[in-house]
Amino acid sequence: MSTAPTALAEPRSRARPATADRRTRLRWGRRTPLWLLLPAAAVMLPLFAYPIYQLGLLSVLDFRQAQVSGGEPTRFVGADNYLTLLRDGKFWSVLLATVGFAAACVAATLAVGAALAILLTRVSRWPGRVLSFAAMAAWAAPAITGSTVWMFLFDANLGLVNQVLGLDGYNWTYHRYSTFALVGAAVVWHSFPFVMVTLYAGIRAIPGQVLEAAALDGASHWRSFRQIVVPMIRPLLVIVTIQSIIWDFKVFTQIYVMTSGGGIAGQNLTLNVYAYQQAFAASEYGLGSAIGVVMMLILLLVTLLYLRALRRGGEPL
Amino acid sequence: MTTTSWWRRAADLTATVVALVTVFPIYWMLLSALKPAGEIQSLSQKPWTLAPTLDNFRRVLGAEGFARYLANSLLVALVVVVLSGLVAFLAAVALSRFHFRFRSTILVMVLVAQMVPIEALTIPLFFLVRDVGTVVPQVGLNTLGSLVLVHLAFTLPFAVWMLRGFVAAIPEELEEAAMLDGASRSTVLWRILFPLVAPGLAATSVFSFIVAWNDFLFARTFIISATDNQTLPMALLVFFKPDENDWGGIMAASVLMTVPVLVFFTLVQKRLVSGLGGAVKE
Repeated sequence: MSTAPTALAEPRSRARPATADRRTRLRWGRRTPLWLLLPAAAVMLPLFAYPIYQLGLLSVLDFRQAQVSGGEPTRFVGADNYLTLLRDGKFWSVLLATVGFAAACVAATLAVGAALAILLTRVSRWPGRVLSFAAMAAWAAPAITGSTVWMFLFDANLGLVNQVLGLDGYNWTYHRYSTFALVGAAVVWHSFPFVMVTLYAGIRAIPGQVLEAAALDGASHWRSFRQIVVPMIRPLLVIVTIQSIIWDFKVFTQIYVMTSGGGIAGQNLTLNVYAYQQAFAASEYGLGSAIGVVMMLILLLVTLLYLRALRRGGEPL
Repeated sequence: MTTTSWWRRAADLTATVVALVTVFPIYWMLLSALKPAGEIQSLSQKPWTLAPTLDNFRRVLGAEGFARYLANSLLVALVVVVLSGLVAFLAAVALSRFHFRFRSTILVMVLVAQMVPIEALTIPLFFLVRDVGTVVPQVGLNTLGSLVLVHLAFTLPFAVWMLRGFVAAIPEELEEAAMLDGASRSTVLWRILFPLVAPGLAATSVFSFIVAWNDFLFARTFIISATDNQTLPMALLVFFKPDENDWGGIMAASVLMTVPVLVFFTLVQKRLVSGLGGAVKE
Protein backbone atom coordinates (compact mmCIF):
# COMPACT_ATOMS: atom_id res chain seq x y z
CA MET A 1 0.00 0.00 0.00
CA SER A 2 2.74 2.33 0.89
CA THR A 3 3.92 2.70 -2.66
CA ALA A 4 0.49 3.76 -3.75
CA PRO A 5 0.20 6.57 -6.21
CA THR A 6 3.70 6.30 -7.60
CA ALA A 7 3.07 7.40 -11.10
CA LEU A 8 0.25 9.72 -10.29
CA ALA A 9 1.64 12.28 -7.92
CA GLU A 10 3.61 13.55 -10.84
CA PRO A 11 3.05 17.08 -12.05
CA ARG A 12 4.00 18.41 -15.44
CA SER A 13 7.59 19.12 -16.33
CA ARG A 14 7.52 22.73 -17.26
CA ALA A 15 9.30 24.15 -20.21
CA ARG A 16 11.32 27.12 -19.07
CA PRO A 17 13.44 29.75 -20.74
CA ALA A 18 16.95 28.47 -21.37
CA THR A 19 18.64 31.63 -20.12
CA ALA A 20 16.98 31.55 -16.71
CA ASP A 21 17.90 27.89 -16.44
CA ARG A 22 21.54 28.60 -17.09
CA ARG A 23 21.59 31.52 -14.68
CA THR A 24 20.18 29.48 -11.82
CA ARG A 25 22.46 26.61 -12.56
CA LEU A 26 25.49 28.87 -12.42
CA ARG A 27 24.42 30.14 -9.04
CA TRP A 28 23.70 26.66 -7.78
CA GLY A 29 27.06 25.41 -8.99
CA ARG A 30 27.65 22.51 -11.35
CA ARG A 31 28.40 19.93 -8.70
CA THR A 32 25.32 20.69 -6.64
CA PRO A 33 23.16 17.79 -7.90
CA LEU A 34 25.94 15.42 -6.96
CA TRP A 35 26.03 16.69 -3.39
CA LEU A 36 22.27 16.54 -3.15
CA LEU A 37 22.18 12.94 -4.34
CA LEU A 38 25.03 11.83 -2.12
CA PRO A 39 23.02 10.98 1.05
CA ALA A 40 20.50 8.97 -0.96
CA ALA A 41 23.30 7.12 -2.72
CA ALA A 42 24.99 6.44 0.61
CA VAL A 43 21.84 4.63 1.74
CA MET A 44 20.77 2.97 -1.49
CA LEU A 45 24.06 1.52 -2.68
CA PRO A 46 24.92 -0.57 0.39
CA LEU A 47 21.35 -1.41 1.40
CA PHE A 48 19.69 -1.93 -1.95
CA ALA A 49 22.11 -2.39 -4.81
CA TYR A 50 24.59 -4.50 -2.89
CA PRO A 51 21.96 -6.95 -1.52
CA ILE A 52 20.62 -7.45 -5.03
CA TYR A 53 24.10 -8.38 -6.17
CA GLN A 54 24.50 -10.61 -3.10
CA LEU A 55 21.22 -12.34 -3.85
CA GLY A 56 22.50 -13.27 -7.29
CA LEU A 57 25.78 -14.43 -5.80
CA LEU A 58 24.18 -16.57 -3.08
CA SER A 59 21.99 -18.24 -5.67
CA VAL A 60 25.02 -19.84 -7.32
CA LEU A 61 26.62 -20.98 -4.06
CA ASP A 62 26.17 -24.01 -1.90
CA PHE A 63 25.19 -22.08 1.19
CA ARG A 64 23.49 -23.82 4.11
CA GLN A 65 23.71 -24.12 7.85
CA ALA A 66 27.12 -25.78 7.63
CA GLN A 67 28.53 -22.76 5.80
CA VAL A 68 26.72 -20.18 7.91
CA SER A 69 27.68 -21.34 11.36
CA GLY A 70 29.80 -24.47 10.84
CA GLY A 71 32.70 -22.67 9.24
CA GLU A 72 32.66 -24.89 6.16
CA PRO A 73 33.93 -23.21 3.00
CA THR A 74 31.28 -21.95 0.59
CA ARG A 75 31.39 -23.68 -2.74
CA PHE A 76 30.52 -22.31 -6.16
CA VAL A 77 27.93 -24.65 -7.65
CA GLY A 78 26.96 -22.76 -10.79
CA ALA A 79 23.41 -23.41 -11.86
CA ASP A 80 22.89 -26.30 -9.45
CA ASN A 81 20.37 -24.47 -7.27
CA TYR A 82 18.37 -23.50 -10.34
CA LEU A 83 18.48 -27.06 -11.69
CA THR A 84 17.26 -28.31 -8.32
CA LEU A 85 14.34 -25.94 -8.63
CA LEU A 86 13.54 -27.01 -12.19
CA ARG A 87 13.41 -30.64 -11.08
CA ASP A 88 11.47 -29.82 -7.92
CA GLY A 89 7.76 -30.51 -8.34
CA LYS A 90 7.05 -28.37 -5.28
CA PHE A 91 8.63 -25.33 -6.92
CA TRP A 92 6.44 -25.65 -10.01
CA SER A 93 3.30 -26.07 -7.98
CA VAL A 94 4.20 -23.05 -5.84
CA LEU A 95 4.95 -21.00 -8.96
CA LEU A 96 1.62 -22.00 -10.46
CA ALA A 97 -0.20 -21.21 -7.20
CA THR A 98 1.51 -17.80 -7.01
CA VAL A 99 0.50 -16.87 -10.54
CA GLY A 100 -3.05 -18.13 -10.05
CA PHE A 101 -3.45 -16.45 -6.68
CA ALA A 102 -2.06 -13.14 -7.96
CA ALA A 103 -4.24 -13.29 -11.08
CA ALA A 104 -7.40 -13.93 -9.07
CA CYS A 105 -6.56 -11.13 -6.60
CA VAL A 106 -5.78 -8.67 -9.40
CA ALA A 107 -8.98 -9.50 -11.28
CA ALA A 108 -11.11 -9.14 -8.14
CA THR A 109 -9.34 -5.95 -7.01
CA LEU A 110 -9.80 -4.30 -10.39
CA ALA A 111 -13.41 -5.39 -10.77
CA VAL A 112 -14.39 -4.17 -7.30
CA GLY A 113 -12.28 -1.00 -7.50
CA ALA A 114 -13.52 0.01 -10.95
CA ALA A 115 -17.17 -0.74 -10.18
CA LEU A 116 -17.01 1.36 -7.02
CA ALA A 117 -15.19 4.20 -8.79
CA ILE A 118 -18.07 4.39 -11.27
CA LEU A 119 -20.58 4.10 -8.45
CA LEU A 120 -18.87 7.02 -6.68
CA THR A 121 -19.52 9.29 -9.66
CA ARG A 122 -23.24 8.51 -9.43
CA VAL A 123 -23.98 8.89 -5.72
CA SER A 124 -25.03 11.83 -3.57
CA ARG A 125 -22.62 13.66 -1.32
CA TRP A 126 -22.97 11.74 1.93
CA PRO A 127 -23.05 8.15 0.70
CA GLY A 128 -19.99 9.04 -1.38
CA ARG A 129 -18.16 10.36 1.65
CA VAL A 130 -19.08 7.37 3.76
CA LEU A 131 -17.82 4.98 1.09
CA SER A 132 -14.57 6.93 0.66
CA PHE A 133 -14.00 6.90 4.39
CA ALA A 134 -14.66 3.15 4.68
CA ALA A 135 -12.27 2.47 1.81
CA MET A 136 -9.59 4.65 3.39
CA ALA A 137 -9.93 2.72 6.64
CA ALA A 138 -9.45 -0.61 4.86
CA TRP A 139 -6.52 0.82 2.93
CA ALA A 140 -4.82 2.19 6.03
CA ALA A 141 -5.20 -0.89 8.24
CA PRO A 142 -1.81 -2.63 8.56
CA ALA A 143 -1.61 -5.92 6.67
CA ILE A 144 -0.99 -7.80 9.89
CA THR A 145 -3.99 -6.46 11.81
CA GLY A 146 -6.14 -6.91 8.70
CA SER A 147 -5.01 -10.54 8.74
CA THR A 148 -5.81 -11.06 12.41
CA VAL A 149 -9.34 -9.67 12.18
CA TRP A 150 -10.16 -11.70 9.05
CA MET A 151 -8.88 -14.79 10.84
CA PHE A 152 -11.12 -14.04 13.80
CA LEU A 153 -14.15 -13.44 11.57
CA PHE A 154 -13.54 -16.82 9.92
CA ASP A 155 -12.52 -18.70 13.05
CA ALA A 156 -13.90 -22.25 13.11
CA ASN A 157 -15.99 -21.88 16.29
CA LEU A 158 -15.85 -18.30 17.50
CA GLY A 159 -15.94 -16.66 14.08
CA LEU A 160 -18.98 -14.61 13.19
CA VAL A 161 -19.12 -15.93 9.63
CA ASN A 162 -19.42 -19.58 10.61
CA GLN A 163 -21.99 -18.76 13.29
CA VAL A 164 -24.14 -16.80 10.85
CA LEU A 165 -23.82 -19.42 8.11
CA GLY A 166 -24.33 -22.26 10.58
CA LEU A 167 -21.02 -23.87 9.65
CA ASP A 168 -20.08 -24.73 13.21
CA GLY A 169 -16.54 -25.98 13.47
CA TYR A 170 -15.80 -25.71 9.75
CA ASN A 171 -12.14 -24.80 9.42
CA TRP A 172 -11.50 -22.55 6.43
CA THR A 173 -7.75 -23.12 6.55
CA TYR A 174 -7.86 -26.91 6.14
CA HIS A 175 -8.48 -26.92 2.43
CA ARG A 176 -6.12 -25.38 -0.03
CA TYR A 177 -8.61 -23.39 -2.07
CA SER A 178 -10.77 -22.13 0.78
CA THR A 179 -7.58 -20.89 2.45
CA PHE A 180 -6.45 -19.10 -0.67
CA ALA A 181 -9.94 -17.63 -1.02
CA LEU A 182 -9.88 -16.34 2.56
CA VAL A 183 -6.40 -14.83 2.21
CA GLY A 184 -7.40 -13.41 -1.17
CA ALA A 185 -10.45 -11.74 0.35
CA ALA A 186 -8.27 -10.05 2.96
CA VAL A 187 -5.84 -8.96 0.23
CA VAL A 188 -8.58 -7.54 -2.00
CA TRP A 189 -10.19 -5.77 0.95
CA HIS A 190 -6.86 -4.10 1.58
CA SER A 191 -6.04 -3.19 -2.02
CA PHE A 192 -9.25 -2.24 -3.84
CA PRO A 193 -9.32 1.29 -2.31
CA PHE A 194 -6.20 2.29 -4.24
CA VAL A 195 -7.83 1.26 -7.52
CA MET A 196 -11.10 2.94 -6.57
CA VAL A 197 -9.54 6.25 -5.54
CA THR A 198 -7.23 6.42 -8.56
CA LEU A 199 -9.86 5.59 -11.16
CA TYR A 200 -12.38 7.90 -9.51
CA ALA A 201 -9.87 10.75 -9.69
CA GLY A 202 -9.32 9.87 -13.34
CA ILE A 203 -13.01 9.91 -14.19
CA ARG A 204 -13.55 13.16 -12.32
CA ALA A 205 -10.71 14.76 -14.26
CA ILE A 206 -12.54 14.32 -17.58
CA PRO A 207 -13.76 17.79 -18.55
CA GLY A 208 -17.51 18.10 -18.05
CA GLN A 209 -17.95 19.83 -21.40
CA VAL A 210 -16.87 16.72 -23.26
CA LEU A 211 -19.61 14.63 -21.68
CA GLU A 212 -22.16 17.43 -22.03
CA ALA A 213 -21.35 17.82 -25.70
CA ALA A 214 -21.78 14.08 -26.17
CA ALA A 215 -25.13 14.20 -24.36
CA LEU A 216 -26.27 17.11 -26.56
CA ASP A 217 -25.35 15.08 -29.61
CA GLY A 218 -27.71 12.43 -28.31
CA ALA A 219 -25.18 9.92 -26.93
CA SER A 220 -26.61 7.61 -24.28
CA HIS A 221 -24.96 7.23 -20.86
CA TRP A 222 -23.61 3.85 -21.82
CA ARG A 223 -22.27 5.09 -25.13
CA SER A 224 -20.47 8.10 -23.68
CA PHE A 225 -19.10 5.85 -20.97
CA ARG A 226 -17.71 3.36 -23.45
CA GLN A 227 -16.50 5.80 -26.05
CA ILE A 228 -15.32 8.69 -23.91
CA VAL A 229 -14.68 7.67 -20.31
CA VAL A 230 -13.00 4.33 -20.90
CA PRO A 231 -10.55 5.57 -23.55
CA MET A 232 -9.69 8.61 -21.45
CA ILE A 233 -8.83 6.62 -18.33
CA ARG A 234 -7.13 3.78 -20.20
CA PRO A 235 -3.58 4.91 -19.25
CA LEU A 236 -4.62 4.95 -15.60
CA LEU A 237 -6.23 1.55 -15.94
CA VAL A 238 -2.98 0.12 -17.28
CA ILE A 239 -1.05 1.66 -14.40
CA VAL A 240 -3.33 0.36 -11.64
CA THR A 241 -3.41 -3.07 -13.26
CA ILE A 242 0.35 -3.38 -13.32
CA GLN A 243 0.71 -1.96 -9.81
CA SER A 244 -1.80 -4.53 -8.60
CA ILE A 245 0.04 -7.35 -10.36
CA ILE A 246 3.26 -6.30 -8.66
CA TRP A 247 1.70 -6.08 -5.20
CA ASP A 248 -0.36 -9.24 -5.37
CA PHE A 249 2.55 -11.23 -6.70
CA LYS A 250 4.53 -10.19 -3.62
CA VAL A 251 1.90 -10.74 -0.90
CA PHE A 252 3.79 -11.92 2.14
CA THR A 253 2.30 -10.89 5.48
CA GLN A 254 -1.24 -12.11 4.86
CA ILE A 255 -0.09 -15.54 3.68
CA TYR A 256 2.53 -15.87 6.37
CA VAL A 257 0.23 -14.88 9.21
CA MET A 258 -3.12 -16.30 8.11
CA THR A 259 -1.76 -19.69 7.04
CA SER A 260 0.96 -19.88 9.73
CA GLY A 261 3.79 -19.74 7.24
CA GLY A 262 2.36 -21.46 4.18
CA GLY A 263 -0.53 -23.64 5.24
CA ILE A 264 -0.82 -27.32 6.03
CA ALA A 265 2.11 -29.15 4.42
CA GLY A 266 2.92 -25.93 2.57
CA GLN A 267 -0.23 -26.11 0.45
CA ASN A 268 -0.63 -22.33 0.54
CA LEU A 269 2.94 -21.30 -0.18
CA THR A 270 3.62 -18.56 -2.69
CA LEU A 271 7.07 -17.87 -4.16
CA ASN A 272 7.82 -15.13 -1.68
CA VAL A 273 7.03 -17.20 1.39
CA TYR A 274 8.63 -20.29 -0.16
CA ALA A 275 11.92 -18.43 -0.69
CA TYR A 276 11.78 -17.17 2.88
CA GLN A 277 11.03 -20.61 4.32
CA GLN A 278 13.72 -22.33 2.26
CA ALA A 279 16.26 -19.83 3.56
CA PHE A 280 15.27 -19.24 7.16
CA ALA A 281 13.35 -22.37 8.11
CA ALA A 282 15.24 -25.00 6.09
CA SER A 283 18.59 -23.13 6.11
CA GLU A 284 18.87 -23.61 2.35
CA TYR A 285 20.08 -20.07 1.79
CA GLY A 286 21.42 -20.72 -1.71
CA LEU A 287 18.20 -22.33 -2.87
CA GLY A 288 16.08 -19.60 -1.28
CA SER A 289 18.14 -16.98 -3.08
CA ALA A 290 17.61 -18.77 -6.39
CA ILE A 291 13.84 -18.57 -5.85
CA GLY A 292 14.29 -14.88 -5.02
CA VAL A 293 16.13 -14.35 -8.30
CA VAL A 294 13.35 -16.06 -10.24
CA MET A 295 10.83 -13.73 -8.58
CA MET A 296 12.97 -10.73 -9.28
CA LEU A 297 13.16 -11.62 -12.97
CA ILE A 298 9.40 -12.09 -13.26
CA LEU A 299 8.77 -8.75 -11.57
CA LEU A 300 11.41 -7.06 -13.71
CA LEU A 301 9.48 -8.16 -16.77
CA VAL A 302 6.27 -6.70 -15.36
CA THR A 303 8.15 -3.51 -14.46
CA LEU A 304 9.37 -3.11 -18.02
CA LEU A 305 5.78 -3.32 -19.20
CA TYR A 306 4.92 -0.73 -16.54
CA LEU A 307 7.59 1.67 -17.77
CA ARG A 308 6.35 1.29 -21.31
CA ALA A 309 2.82 2.03 -20.17
CA LEU A 310 4.03 5.12 -18.31
CA ARG A 311 5.83 6.41 -21.40
CA ARG A 312 2.73 5.85 -23.50
CA GLY A 313 0.69 7.68 -20.89
CA GLY A 314 2.93 10.68 -21.52
CA GLU A 315 4.86 10.45 -18.27
CA PRO A 316 7.95 12.64 -18.55
CA LEU A 317 11.01 10.75 -17.40
CA MET B 1 -40.65 9.31 -9.08
CA THR B 2 -38.52 9.94 -12.13
CA THR B 3 -36.11 7.27 -13.32
CA THR B 4 -33.08 9.46 -12.60
CA SER B 5 -33.86 9.92 -8.94
CA TRP B 6 -34.70 6.23 -8.67
CA TRP B 7 -31.26 5.39 -10.03
CA ARG B 8 -29.62 7.88 -7.72
CA ARG B 9 -31.32 6.32 -4.71
CA ALA B 10 -30.29 2.82 -5.74
CA ALA B 11 -26.70 4.04 -6.16
CA ASP B 12 -26.77 5.73 -2.74
CA LEU B 13 -28.10 2.59 -1.12
CA THR B 14 -25.46 0.38 -2.80
CA ALA B 15 -22.66 2.75 -1.77
CA THR B 16 -23.84 2.76 1.82
CA VAL B 17 -24.10 -1.03 1.99
CA VAL B 18 -20.65 -1.47 0.44
CA ALA B 19 -19.24 1.06 2.89
CA LEU B 20 -20.71 -0.85 5.82
CA VAL B 21 -19.33 -4.16 4.58
CA THR B 22 -15.90 -2.58 3.99
CA VAL B 23 -15.64 -0.99 7.39
CA PHE B 24 -17.13 -3.99 9.17
CA PRO B 25 -13.84 -5.86 9.86
CA ILE B 26 -12.49 -2.74 11.56
CA TYR B 27 -15.69 -2.31 13.54
CA TRP B 28 -15.46 -5.96 14.55
CA MET B 29 -11.86 -5.50 15.66
CA LEU B 30 -12.80 -2.56 17.86
CA LEU B 31 -15.94 -4.22 19.19
CA SER B 32 -14.21 -7.50 20.05
CA ALA B 33 -11.45 -5.59 21.80
CA LEU B 34 -14.09 -4.06 24.07
CA LYS B 35 -16.08 -7.24 24.71
CA PRO B 36 -15.80 -9.04 28.03
CA ALA B 37 -14.15 -12.46 27.88
CA GLY B 38 -17.47 -14.30 28.14
CA GLU B 39 -18.85 -12.71 24.99
CA ILE B 40 -15.68 -13.36 23.01
CA GLN B 41 -15.82 -17.07 23.85
CA SER B 42 -19.49 -17.19 23.00
CA LEU B 43 -20.77 -19.52 20.32
CA SER B 44 -23.29 -16.89 19.31
CA GLN B 45 -21.40 -13.67 18.74
CA LYS B 46 -23.46 -10.51 18.82
CA PRO B 47 -22.64 -7.47 16.70
CA TRP B 48 -22.83 -5.24 19.78
CA THR B 49 -21.93 -5.39 23.43
CA LEU B 50 -23.86 -4.14 26.43
CA ALA B 51 -20.93 -4.50 28.81
CA PRO B 52 -17.93 -2.80 27.16
CA THR B 53 -14.75 -3.23 29.15
CA LEU B 54 -11.12 -2.24 28.87
CA ASP B 55 -9.99 -5.58 30.29
CA ASN B 56 -8.45 -6.71 27.00
CA PHE B 57 -6.46 -3.51 26.69
CA ARG B 58 -5.33 -3.79 30.30
CA ARG B 59 -4.19 -7.36 29.73
CA VAL B 60 -2.36 -6.44 26.54
CA LEU B 61 -0.64 -3.36 27.93
CA GLY B 62 0.19 -5.23 31.10
CA ALA B 63 1.62 -8.17 29.18
CA GLU B 64 5.32 -8.47 29.50
CA GLY B 65 7.07 -5.95 27.31
CA PHE B 66 4.09 -4.84 25.27
CA ALA B 67 4.44 -1.16 26.21
CA ARG B 68 8.08 -1.46 25.34
CA TYR B 69 7.31 -2.96 21.92
CA LEU B 70 4.91 -0.11 21.29
CA ALA B 71 7.63 2.41 22.14
CA ASN B 72 10.11 0.53 19.91
CA SER B 73 7.72 0.58 16.96
CA LEU B 74 7.10 4.28 17.47
CA LEU B 75 10.81 5.08 17.77
CA VAL B 76 11.77 3.15 14.63
CA ALA B 77 8.93 4.68 12.60
CA LEU B 78 9.63 8.26 13.69
CA VAL B 79 13.37 8.05 13.06
CA VAL B 80 12.68 6.59 9.63
CA VAL B 81 10.19 9.37 8.85
CA VAL B 82 12.67 12.13 9.72
CA LEU B 83 15.71 10.62 7.98
CA SER B 84 13.81 9.50 4.92
CA GLY B 85 12.16 12.91 4.55
CA LEU B 86 15.47 14.79 4.71
CA VAL B 87 17.40 12.50 2.38
CA ALA B 88 14.52 12.25 -0.08
CA PHE B 89 14.08 16.02 -0.12
CA LEU B 90 17.68 16.58 -1.16
CA ALA B 91 17.51 13.92 -3.86
CA ALA B 92 14.17 15.26 -5.10
CA VAL B 93 15.65 18.75 -5.52
CA ALA B 94 18.53 17.29 -7.53
CA LEU B 95 16.20 15.29 -9.76
CA SER B 96 13.63 18.01 -10.43
CA ARG B 97 15.75 21.19 -10.55
CA PHE B 98 18.81 20.05 -12.42
CA HIS B 99 19.48 18.52 -15.79
CA PHE B 100 22.55 16.37 -15.72
CA ARG B 101 23.82 13.20 -17.30
CA PHE B 102 22.22 9.97 -16.05
CA ARG B 103 19.26 11.90 -14.68
CA SER B 104 16.77 9.75 -16.59
CA THR B 105 18.71 6.63 -15.69
CA ILE B 106 18.46 7.49 -12.00
CA LEU B 107 14.75 8.19 -12.34
CA VAL B 108 14.14 4.82 -13.98
CA MET B 109 16.16 3.17 -11.21
CA VAL B 110 14.08 4.93 -8.57
CA LEU B 111 10.98 3.53 -10.22
CA VAL B 112 12.39 0.03 -10.66
CA ALA B 113 13.52 -0.01 -7.03
CA GLN B 114 9.89 0.21 -5.97
CA MET B 115 9.13 -3.06 -7.74
CA VAL B 116 11.94 -5.09 -6.21
CA PRO B 117 10.57 -7.93 -4.10
CA ILE B 118 11.92 -6.77 -0.77
CA GLU B 119 11.09 -10.11 0.80
CA ALA B 120 13.64 -11.84 -1.42
CA LEU B 121 16.28 -9.39 -0.25
CA THR B 122 15.84 -10.46 3.36
CA ILE B 123 18.30 -13.29 2.73
CA PRO B 124 21.32 -11.17 1.67
CA LEU B 125 20.29 -8.39 4.07
CA PHE B 126 20.29 -10.82 6.96
CA PHE B 127 23.92 -11.69 6.30
CA LEU B 128 24.84 -8.08 5.63
CA VAL B 129 23.36 -6.96 8.96
CA ARG B 130 24.99 -9.87 10.75
CA ASP B 131 28.43 -9.04 9.33
CA VAL B 132 28.16 -5.29 9.81
CA GLY B 133 27.05 -5.93 13.38
CA THR B 134 30.44 -7.39 14.24
CA VAL B 135 32.00 -4.01 13.40
CA VAL B 136 29.21 -1.58 14.33
CA PRO B 137 27.11 -3.31 17.01
CA GLN B 138 24.43 -0.58 16.92
CA VAL B 139 23.10 -1.78 13.57
CA GLY B 140 23.73 -5.50 13.90
CA LEU B 141 21.18 -8.28 14.38
CA ASN B 142 18.74 -7.80 17.26
CA THR B 143 18.98 -4.00 17.14
CA LEU B 144 16.45 -1.34 16.32
CA GLY B 145 19.17 0.38 14.30
CA SER B 146 19.12 -2.41 11.74
CA LEU B 147 15.37 -1.94 11.28
CA VAL B 148 15.79 1.82 10.84
CA LEU B 149 18.42 1.29 8.14
CA VAL B 150 16.45 -1.18 6.02
CA HIS B 151 13.24 0.82 6.27
CA LEU B 152 15.14 3.94 5.29
CA ALA B 153 16.37 2.16 2.18
CA PHE B 154 12.94 0.82 1.28
CA THR B 155 11.02 4.06 1.83
CA LEU B 156 13.46 6.26 -0.09
CA PRO B 157 12.54 5.39 -3.68
CA PHE B 158 8.89 6.14 -3.16
CA ALA B 159 9.59 9.26 -1.08
CA VAL B 160 11.95 10.63 -3.73
CA TRP B 161 9.47 9.92 -6.48
CA MET B 162 6.64 11.63 -4.68
CA LEU B 163 8.61 14.66 -3.43
CA ARG B 164 10.00 15.27 -6.89
CA GLY B 165 6.52 16.21 -8.00
CA PHE B 166 6.09 18.67 -5.14
CA VAL B 167 9.47 20.33 -5.75
CA ALA B 168 8.76 20.67 -9.47
CA ALA B 169 5.50 22.46 -8.68
CA ILE B 170 7.31 25.31 -6.90
CA PRO B 171 7.94 28.22 -9.30
CA GLU B 172 11.62 28.51 -10.08
CA GLU B 173 11.38 32.29 -10.09
CA LEU B 174 11.32 32.20 -6.29
CA GLU B 175 14.82 30.74 -6.07
CA GLU B 176 16.08 33.00 -8.83
CA ALA B 177 14.83 36.07 -7.03
CA ALA B 178 16.36 34.92 -3.76
CA MET B 179 19.68 34.18 -5.44
CA LEU B 180 19.72 37.57 -7.13
CA ASP B 181 19.22 39.07 -3.69
CA GLY B 182 22.36 37.27 -2.63
CA ALA B 183 20.93 34.29 -0.76
CA SER B 184 23.35 31.39 -0.40
CA ARG B 185 22.64 27.90 -1.69
CA SER B 186 21.86 26.51 1.70
CA THR B 187 19.52 29.41 2.42
CA VAL B 188 17.62 28.71 -0.78
CA LEU B 189 17.51 25.02 0.00
CA TRP B 190 16.44 25.14 3.64
CA ARG B 191 14.70 28.49 3.96
CA ILE B 192 12.81 28.62 0.68
CA LEU B 193 12.37 25.19 -0.90
CA PHE B 194 12.07 23.16 2.28
CA PRO B 195 9.12 25.08 3.81
CA LEU B 196 7.37 25.10 0.44
CA VAL B 197 7.44 21.31 0.07
CA ALA B 198 6.17 20.85 3.63
CA PRO B 199 2.77 19.59 2.43
CA GLY B 200 4.53 17.05 0.25
CA LEU B 201 6.74 16.04 3.15
CA ALA B 202 3.67 15.49 5.28
CA ALA B 203 2.15 13.12 2.73
CA THR B 204 5.46 11.32 2.21
CA SER B 205 5.96 11.01 5.96
CA VAL B 206 2.74 9.12 6.33
CA PHE B 207 3.83 6.55 3.80
CA SER B 208 7.24 6.15 5.40
CA PHE B 209 5.62 5.89 8.80
CA ILE B 210 3.25 3.19 7.61
CA VAL B 211 6.00 1.14 5.96
CA ALA B 212 8.11 1.18 9.11
CA TRP B 213 5.18 0.76 11.50
CA ASN B 214 3.57 -2.12 9.60
CA ASP B 215 6.73 -4.07 9.01
CA PHE B 216 6.50 -7.66 10.05
CA LEU B 217 9.12 -9.29 7.88
CA PHE B 218 12.30 -7.59 9.03
CA ALA B 219 11.25 -7.51 12.65
CA ARG B 220 10.74 -11.25 12.39
CA THR B 221 14.05 -11.84 10.59
CA PHE B 222 16.48 -9.50 12.33
CA ILE B 223 15.28 -9.50 15.93
CA ILE B 224 15.97 -13.08 16.85
CA SER B 225 16.95 -13.25 20.48
CA ALA B 226 16.77 -9.72 21.91
CA THR B 227 13.16 -9.68 23.05
CA ASP B 228 13.70 -6.17 24.37
CA ASN B 229 13.99 -4.93 20.83
CA GLN B 230 10.86 -6.55 19.42
CA THR B 231 8.32 -4.38 17.66
CA LEU B 232 4.53 -4.49 17.73
CA PRO B 233 3.75 -6.98 14.93
CA MET B 234 5.71 -9.69 16.68
CA ALA B 235 4.17 -8.84 20.03
CA LEU B 236 0.76 -9.34 18.46
CA LEU B 237 1.59 -12.91 17.54
CA VAL B 238 2.28 -13.72 21.19
CA PHE B 239 -1.46 -13.88 21.77
CA PHE B 240 -1.86 -16.69 19.26
CA LYS B 241 -1.68 -19.93 21.16
CA PRO B 242 -1.66 -23.44 19.77
CA ASP B 243 -4.58 -24.62 21.92
CA GLU B 244 -6.77 -21.55 22.05
CA ASN B 245 -6.14 -18.10 20.63
CA ASP B 246 -6.70 -15.19 22.98
CA TRP B 247 -8.92 -13.32 20.51
CA GLY B 248 -9.76 -10.54 22.94
CA GLY B 249 -6.06 -9.82 23.42
CA ILE B 250 -5.31 -10.16 19.70
CA MET B 251 -8.07 -7.72 18.79
CA ALA B 252 -7.05 -5.20 21.47
CA ALA B 253 -3.43 -5.36 20.30
CA SER B 254 -4.61 -5.00 16.70
CA VAL B 255 -6.59 -1.90 17.62
CA LEU B 256 -3.54 -0.39 19.32
CA MET B 257 -1.57 -1.03 16.17
CA THR B 258 -4.22 0.17 13.71
CA VAL B 259 -5.30 3.40 15.37
CA PRO B 260 -2.09 5.44 14.87
CA VAL B 261 -2.05 4.57 11.19
CA LEU B 262 -5.73 5.39 10.75
CA VAL B 263 -5.21 8.78 12.39
CA PHE B 264 -2.22 9.58 10.20
CA PHE B 265 -4.03 8.43 7.11
CA THR B 266 -7.12 10.49 7.82
CA LEU B 267 -4.94 13.55 8.31
CA VAL B 268 -3.48 13.42 4.82
CA GLN B 269 -6.42 11.78 3.09
CA LYS B 270 -7.66 14.98 1.50
CA ARG B 271 -4.28 16.02 0.27
CA LEU B 272 -3.66 12.57 -1.10
CA VAL B 273 -6.88 12.42 -3.08
CA SER B 274 -6.62 15.98 -4.37
CA GLY B 275 -2.99 15.33 -5.26
CA LEU B 276 -4.07 12.36 -7.31
CA GLY B 277 -6.83 14.31 -9.00
CA GLY B 278 -4.56 17.23 -9.72
CA ALA B 279 -1.88 15.08 -11.23
CA VAL B 280 -4.35 13.28 -13.44
CA LYS B 281 -5.73 16.50 -14.81
CA GLU B 282 -2.44 17.64 -16.21
